[in-house]
Amino acid sequence: MPTPLHSEAREEERERQAGFACRVFCCAGTACLSAEGEAVWESLIDARATHGLKDKVDLVRTGCMGLCSKGPLVRVEMADVAPCLYGPVSAMFARLIMTEHVAPALARGDEFIRPEFLASQALPSDLAFFAQQKRVVLSRIDRADPERITDALAHGAYVALAGALEKQPQALIDELQASGLRGRGGGGYPTGQKWANAAGTEADRRFVICNGDEGDPGAYVDRSILEGDPHAVLEGMLLSGYAVGASHGYVYVRAEYELAVRRVRCAIEQAREQGLLGDAVMGSDFAFDCKVFTAAGAFVCGEETALIASIEGQRGTPRPRPPYPSECGLWGCPTVISNVETLANVPRIIEQSAAWFRSIGTADSPGTKVFSMAGRARLAGLVEVPMGTKLSTVVDSLGGGTKTGRPVRAVQIGGLSGGLVPAEQLDTTLSYEAMSELGSIVGSGGMIVLDDNDDLLDLARFFLQYAVEESCGRCAACRIGTHQLLNLATKIREEGATDDDLVLAERLSETMQATSLCGLGKAAPRTLMSFLRNWSDLVPRKETSTGGDA
Amino acid sequence: MIDLTVNGFDVQVPDGSTILEAALAAEIKIPTLCKHPDLPPTGACGICVVKVEGYPDLVRACSTPVQQGMKVETHDPEIVSVRRTLLEMILSTHPNECLTCGRHGACELQELAKDFGIREEKMPSIRRELPRDDSTGCITLDPRKCIKCGRCLEMCQQQQDVWALSFMERGLDTRIAPAGDITLAESPCVHCGQCSAHCPVGAILEYDQTEAVWDALRDPSRHCVAQIAPSVRVSLGEAFGYESGANLAGQLYHALRRMGFDTVFDTNFGADVTIMEEASELAERIRSAPEKLPLITTCCPSWVDFMEKFHADMIEHFSTCKSPHAILGTLTKTYYAEKEGIDPESIFMVSVMPCTAKKYEITREKSMYASGEQDVDISLTTREITRMIRQTGIALENLNCLELPDSPLGEYSGAGVIFGVSGGVMESALRSTHFFLTGEDPPELEFQPLRGLEGIKEMTVDLGGHNLRVAVAHGLGHVEKVLERVRVAKEKGDPMPYDFIEVMACPGGCIGGGGQSWNVCNTVRNQRAAGLIKEDRVQDVRTSYASPWIQKLYKDFLGAPLSPKAKELLHTSYRSRPEYLR
Repeated sequence: MPTPLHSEAREEERERQAGFACRVFCCAGTACLSAEGEAVWESLIDARATHGLKDKVDLVRTGCMGLCSKGPLVRVEMADVAPCLYGPVSAMFARLIMTEHVAPALARGDEFIRPEFLASQALPSDLAFFAQQKRVVLSRIDRADPERITDALAHGAYVALAGALEKQPQALIDELQASGLRGRGGGGYPTGQKWANAAGTEADRRFVICNGDEGDPGAYVDRSILEGDPHAVLEGMLLSGYAVGASHGYVYVRAEYELAVRRVRCAIEQAREQGLLGDAVMGSDFAFDCKVFTAAGAFVCGEETALIASIEGQRGTPRPRPPYPSECGLWGCPTVISNVETLANVPRIIEQSAAWFRSIGTADSPGTKVFSMAGRARLAGLVEVPMGTKLSTVVDSLGGGTKTGRPVRAVQIGGLSGGLVPAEQLDTTLSYEAMSELGSIVGSGGMIVLDDNDDLLDLARFFLQYAVEESCGRCAACRIGTHQLLNLATKIREEGATDDDLVLAERLSETMQATSLCGLGKAAPRTLMSFLRNWSDLVPRKETSTGGDA
Repeated sequence: MIDLTVNGFDVQVPDGSTILEAALAAEIKIPTLCKHPDLPPTGACGICVVKVEGYPDLVRACSTPVQQGMKVETHDPEIVSVRRTLLEMILSTHPNECLTCGRHGACELQELAKDFGIREEKMPSIRRELPRDDSTGCITLDPRKCIKCGRCLEMCQQQQDVWALSFMERGLDTRIAPAGDITLAESPCVHCGQCSAHCPVGAILEYDQTEAVWDALRDPSRHCVAQIAPSVRVSLGEAFGYESGANLAGQLYHALRRMGFDTVFDTNFGADVTIMEEASELAERIRSAPEKLPLITTCCPSWVDFMEKFHADMIEHFSTCKSPHAILGTLTKTYYAEKEGIDPESIFMVSVMPCTAKKYEITREKSMYASGEQDVDISLTTREITRMIRQTGIALENLNCLELPDSPLGEYSGAGVIFGVSGGVMESALRSTHFFLTGEDPPELEFQPLRGLEGIKEMTVDLGGHNLRVAVAHGLGHVEKVLERVRVAKEKGDPMPYDFIEVMACPGGCIGGGGQSWNVCNTVRNQRAAGLIKEDRVQDVRTSYASPWIQKLYKDFLGAPLSPKAKELLHTSYRSRPEYLR
């Protein structure tokens, strides 16, 4: 429900843009920034000044535009001319965009013809990478300036909140339960159920926590959302808080995500100024405030009970569940802890209805899922597709196959907690139910495309090494099992596997799955085991001196 | 009540029970290395995993609450196989030094390895070399043997609120150590030894001093004297097949003599003396210095250490009276030596205690040398004396004897006996204080509200017209709460909530001491307590002041309670150690 706040913001944005005949959007996501993006931005500002176009060209820094492998990305939009996306853009090329595209186009209007040398770096407008996405969570990430709340408001941020505050909290819980939204962090637990549990537990205080401790190698979905649309996450937290009766929230973000931390802090500050956080949210009697908690850099703190311990100032290790955080969480109070992407979904559902949400995705996995596609994919980056999309669609159509031109051997999905999906099974759909049948998980969204030159055993060792370094040491299975499996994988690499080695690997994996306290240890063997089980012909074997049939 | 089935057997258990408890109700023992009956589950070992119908994954029996209609499978071949692999994994990080380990034969890990018949190491060893910490002289910390069950930390941090131990580093490098990698002696450790009493393996043990005792016993020039603490007699038998609480004082006197001790005394006598002094202090404060109430007991050396480190503002409330074993040490090297014409320097005093902190107490302060010598030369724990008895070849299992301690420092009243259990010091003191205030015998000898394992016990006692509000706290975590009430009253200028407070650091008091036989739990504590209470009831003399040997001590040697000589020999002082404040 748009409010006077929104009309004002829209008016302010309209006035801001009134004089601009052209808008140039520059991606300020981490991938682009790490590829000279800062220099591109400065070059754009400089070139605009050179051409005296400060009053005519609006320069906007946005969140991640998605096609990271072609970054840094710059998009030019003006009336009567089709938008044009450039990438990869160097600082020099940025100047050329201003000199050879923006300036002449403004001067000549629809008579402008883009010079051929610019087209070489322009990305096709009908790229399947974009065309086949369904953007729900990422709807404004490439359009709005994450550091200007009026831009977010003009793009519809906090509209859902305004409507929700008119309703009873229970109505929100009902709506979310009806939507079937499941946690996007890996577990896939129904978010509405968490709300109902937390609201139904007697308590003086309740908390909302946003889990932004994304740590899977290759995954940067949550990072991109926090950087690109922090207000969607804050609005999700406000809605969670209103639904369950919490007045405090924590945004738990990895300290290494400097930009995300800065953008979320900035968003919180601006939301406070606008009365969206504080004692009277949007003038109602609902009080809610939140703060950023920068994590200390342990992968295991992405596990909810470890995360809570870490906020409490204790050693960040998981504890046995039950009790679940929705009943006994932060400081012993009922706590709704949700992943970043999950929270960003919440305002959309509340604004557009559960039925709308269920019209996307599958019956058991409604909605969309954002993946960060990497590895050998020709086009790599952030993609959002409906649940139920075939993995092959994402890899072949959106990703355009491999950049090496070699056949896909496997897709590693779900990061440390996931596994390898062999090429023959790429017809599997991306949904909680189908992935779990494969022994993998949708997970936090990491997706690594591998071709037939990639060494899967080395990849498995990489993941095990990561697990060894990140195991908190609390439970025996993970503390010891990760080490033993890594040793075994290294031995197989160096000497080849004996039958005993393969038996031991199965035993270790089974025991870790059965007795680890949290998901880290349960899942750590998955990539190695899916390699050993699915590619037995590729497993190096030890030559036995006595021959085969002794 | 919740109905469920465990391995097909119908079981009914109270709501809130865990699967582990429900299985026990069906006489099914699920193995665990980390869950201790005293402590909440840490979930660290994973050995207790079971299958529950309808659950996708195996769950931990130690921490999963039962639900109506649950169907649990605890020991199918798959579960047994997973447990065996897990055990092999743990063994691949554990030093195979069983033969030279202080826990040999009583180790929970060894027991499981034995049960699972593990005969070879199928996984390469990934052990970590780490230094041992003997710095306290009370407990030995060998982090190499630690299996990271977390029991000691739960005890040290949550139950005792000491926070000496913590986990350092992570993953395979996880180890127990005082935070900041200082030594235990430099840490806030108060030597209570609860970590060692709860450790499932040999990672934390009492600091063994049996060899030094044997050396003294071998030395013909030494006159070796032993004293045994009240609570040791009711726990010693557990290692020899007796029920908890069986009173083995007679057997223990016998064993000590067989080892070569020249004289065997009983700490109970020291306890009677402590009461004479402490009850006099209390009576005096009630009569003429009520502003110095509450009086707080100080028999427990861990408590004294804890107070000096964290609650030094309470020093003025502390009884200055030394603990029973320290008093007995002093009197042996003064009163007894003088009486028998023995050179105090030649006396070697060994105290047999339920306690690791007594090892610290014997050199704590200059008053521990009141005789001119170190009053107690060595303090042994129950576990150490158990080993010495075995070395002596005494089949305590079948030994039926009623030997008595030597006179006069072995003669005691019932009041001296119950010193070993939480509430006992308070009861004994109340008996005598009544007499000191009124000149009459107390009408009641037993104070039921002060008994049992409730963490904080309170009552108001009428001592001949004086209404005394008393509190008994055991387990340092509970002590904090009582002190907080006193502190708040002080700050607000309100009347004090208590007049007299008894404190023992260990849960249950000395019967649950950190140096006692392993496998303590509340059932065992209750049985040990019952053993002491039973002995009090059969004594002819049940009040310290009425004991003829105590009367003789004061008449012949000390004069009166709190006399200058008593103060010089039997009292101590305390100092604030603000460097530990947190």
